[in-house]
Amino acid sequence: MSGVPIGWYIALSAMLFTTGLVGVLVRRSVIVMFMCIELMLNSVNLALITFSRLHGNLDGQVLSFFVIVVAAAEVTVGLALIVNMFRLLGSTDADDADRLRS
Amino acid sequence: MDVLLAQTPQAEVVGSTVEFWVFSVTAVLALGTGLSVVVLRNAVHAALMLVINFFAIAVLYALLEAQFLAVVQIIVYAGAIMVLFLFVLMLLGVGSETRFSDRVPGQRTAAVLLGIALVVVLVGAGAGQFLGADAVCPADGSTGPVCAGLAGPNDDGNVAGIGRLLFTTYMWPFEATSALLVIAALGAIVLGKRQADEDVTDLPVVDGPADAEAGPELRGELVTASGDATEEQS
Repeated sequence: MSGVPIGWYIALSAMLFTTGLVGVLVRRSVIVMFMCIELMLNSVNLALITFSRLHGNLDGQVLSFFVIVVAAAEVTVGLALIVNMFRLLGSTDADDADRLRS
Repeated sequence: MDVLLAQTPQAEVVGSTVEFWVFSVTAVLALGTGLSVVVLRNAVHAALMLVINFFAIAVLYALLEAQFLAVVQIIVYAGAIMVLFLFVLMLLGVGSETRFSDRVPGQRTAAVLLGIALVVVLVGAGAGQFLGADAVCPADGSTGPVCAGLAGPNDDGNVAGIGRLLFTTYMWPFEATSALLVIAALGAIVLGKRQADEDVTDLPVVDGPADAEAGPELRGELVTASGDATEEQS
C-alpha cells in the first residue's frame, strides 16, 4: 500500500467546499448557513496546506493562518448580526428576512 | 548521527501505509460529518457534527506536516468558534427547521446538481494532475518527483518556520490582523448593545398555538414587560 497522492487531499477539499456551498444554498436557518460557510473556509485551508506541502515552502501555511484569524473575526461580527436579526424579526429563518420585498 | 527509525527504508513503507489508512478514515469522517451539517434538521446536532468535522480536518493538517495549524485548528475552531456558535444557538433557542428552503422553485435540485458539477470541475482542474503514484510525498523526507515535501522548511520545527515567515516576510499583514481583531471585537460590542430605539423591542418568541391565540393585548403586555426588564438590566 503506497502513500496518499496530493490530488486526493485536493479532491477531498473540493468535496468539502461543495458540501458547504450546497448547504448555504439549501438551508433556511441563518446559523446553519453560517456553519456551512465555516466548512467552506476550512476546506480552502486544507487546499492551501496541501499546496504548501506540494511546493515545499511554508507560505501556504502562513496564508492559512491568516484565513483562520479572519474567520474568527467574521464569526464574531456575523453572530452579533444574527442576534440582531433575531431581535428584529423574531426568527433566524433566512426566508423571513423579506422586509424589502413585501 | 545514528540513523533514526523514521529514516530507514522499511520505515518509509510503514509511514506511507499509516498515512494511507489515517487519510482514508479521516476523509470519510470529514465528508460524512460535513454532509450531516447540511442534512440534519436540528441546528444543535449540526453544530456538534461540525465539531467532529473540525477535529478530522485537524488530523489531516497533522498528516500534511502542518503541526502548528493542527493545534490552532483545535484551539480556535473546535474551542472558541464552536463555543460561540453553540452559545448563540442556546441563547436564541432555535429549534428544528420544518423544511429546507424552497423559496425559488426547484432550488434544492438545482443546488445539488450545480454542486456535483462544481466538484467535477474542481477535481478535474485542481486534483486531476496530482492523482498518480508519482504525486505521493515520500515519508522519509526526501523530495519526490512532484511533491517537494516540507522536510527542509520544517527542519528546526514547524512553529519556528512559520514564526520566522510571520515576523519577516508577512510582518505587515500580521500587524493588520491585530487591528482587524480589535475592530471585530468593537463591532460585536456595538452590534450586541441594546439600542434605545423604540422600534427595536425584544419580541416574545411566538411559536406555540397558545401564544398565537392570545389577544394582541397580552402580546403587547409581553413586549412592554420585556422592554422594562431590559431597562432594569442596563
